[in-house]
Amino acid sequence: MRSLIISLQSEFYKSRKTLAFWAAIILPLVICGLITIGFFSNAEKVIARNYPPDALWGIFSGTALGIMGMLILPFYVIFMAFSVNNIEHKNDTWKTLFAQPLNKFSIYAAKYLYAVLLILLSLFLFAALTFAFGHLLHLLNSQFKFNEFSPIEMLSKLYLKLFLSSLGILSVQFIISLIWGDFLKPMGIGFIGVIMGIIVASKGWEYAYLIPYSHPTLVLTLNKSKGAHDIFTRDIYSSLIYALVFFIIGYFIVARKSVK
Amino acid sequence: MSELVIETRGLNYNFGTQKVVDNLSLHVKKGSIYGFLGPNGAGKTTTIKILLNLLKSPAGTVFLFGKEINTHRIESLKRLGALVEQPAIYSHLSGKENLINRCILLGLNKSKAADLLQLVGLTEAANKKAANYSLGMKQRLGIALALLPDPELLLLDEPTNGLDPNGIIEIRNLMIDLATNHGKTILVSSHLLSEIERIATHVGIINKGKLLFQGTIDELQNLSKPTLEIETSNIIGASALLTEHGYALTVSESKRLSLLFSSSEESARINAILVNSGFQVSSIYPVRKDLEHLFLDITKNN
Repeated sequence: MRSLIISLQSEFYKSRKTLAFWAAIILPLVICGLITIGFFSNAEKVIARNYPPDALWGIFSGTALGIMGMLILPFYVIFMAFSVNNIEHKNDTWKTLFAQPLNKFSIYAAKYLYAVLLILLSLFLFAALTFAFGHLLHLLNSQFKFNEFSPIEMLSKLYLKLFLSSLGILSVQFIISLIWGDFLKPMGIGFIGVIMGIIVASKGWEYAYLIPYSHPTLVLTLNKSKGAHDIFTRDIYSSLIYALVFFIIGYFIVARKSVK
Repeated sequence: MSELVIETRGLNYNFGTQKVVDNLSLHVKKGSIYGFLGPNGAGKTTTIKILLNLLKSPAGTVFLFGKEINTHRIESLKRLGALVEQPAIYSHLSGKENLINRCILLGLNKSKAADLLQLVGLTEAANKKAANYSLGMKQRLGIALALLPDPELLLLDEPTNGLDPNGIIEIRNLMIDLATNHGKTILVSSHLLSEIERIATHVGIINKGKLLFQGTIDELQNLSKPTLEIETSNIIGASALLTEHGYALTVSESKRLSLLFSSSEESARINAILVNSGFQVSSIYPVRKDLEHLFLDITKNN
């Protein structure tokens, strides 16, 4: 356990000046900020439509969720998986890392966990900023009725589902980035995966849930129809199983990797 | 017999079908500077990686501090510091941050980073990005990283690689200081005998994975039989005379005779024979075979 915490601390220290880390904070800030500015400058139009408060929250958060969940989240996850591994590939530091008096599994698990934590942080910020900026809009223009409905349950449930749905992609991409040190392979495979995921999920293919790249899209499309209230739907289970299996496979790859 | 810090017993290692380490039995005593010599591709780095458990050794073949490495991996790694191949440095971090990161991993006080930067002469470049370091600076940072946990055993793979003459001397002195004044054991690999000759107390010569020689530096020198070189005016006459007296000449060149050196008294006797017979002896001196040549001989014969 001590090994894991130490390794996690070191991961943070190593990457605190990199884009991968700051993207987790800047991404939600920029996207939520832009949407808020859009709402604010189009305030009259939005208010004129006279949405009920829950629908207003739905539209406000849905704008971020739509862009986010389908495209940005998968790519962000792919990028995270790439950068935590690339930091060692690029500097040829795998060998030194594994020559430290630390448990090998902890070193690997800390890397994975660090990526998970950054994704969690990013999604938490999305939810928190959506909530905060909604209320800010209301403060700036009291004709918005953001105060009449609490979106906390909806936001936390949705973003939690998005988080869980991204773990499958993370594990798959984590392994790809472990094996190959270059940028193109993980990004290329990830890109194809995401596009394919979006297509199969939005076309409603019945086995779409078996493809990890389709999980975030599935979460968002399911939300519109059935199963919106369950957190643990079939695609989430599938994502978690993918995450677990590939996480374990990744360890064996890492254990052998040091051999090189 | 003094305590063995590193011991390998008939260690074998293959990359696929290629045998990289062949029946290697290293014995590195506590407090020694063990020069691990061999041409490029001899298996030095592989051996060091095995000692770090980066490559898995067969059970019961590698012992660090008297303990089997596979079963005592973390315990052994805690007591050693290493520099393998080119130093592994995070190029987006400064030299100081690289050391602090290692402090975090080793659970050490971060103030140690500054001490080591000073030790390797990088204080002024402490906050410079490591990507902008010269090769020599990177090498020093690598050595600082290896020394950070104040290890009992240092494994240094070609540590003077890329250093300028000044840097080489500094690192050499540092190694000697660490071994003599701080009781560290150092295994240092190199393909340059002249480098090892200056610092090592013990030498192991490896070629194609096989250990060809292992012993003290004196033992290595004794392997080469010294010769007695004689310069005289009349080579032909002198060589005939010495042969008559029962001396076996090994080489005779246009201005010089060589024969196996046995003792100073013997040299004086030979001199007397020549002088008494009217030969002018301009010089007579014993010569030790150059270790560089000996090294080449040993590795070539394999």
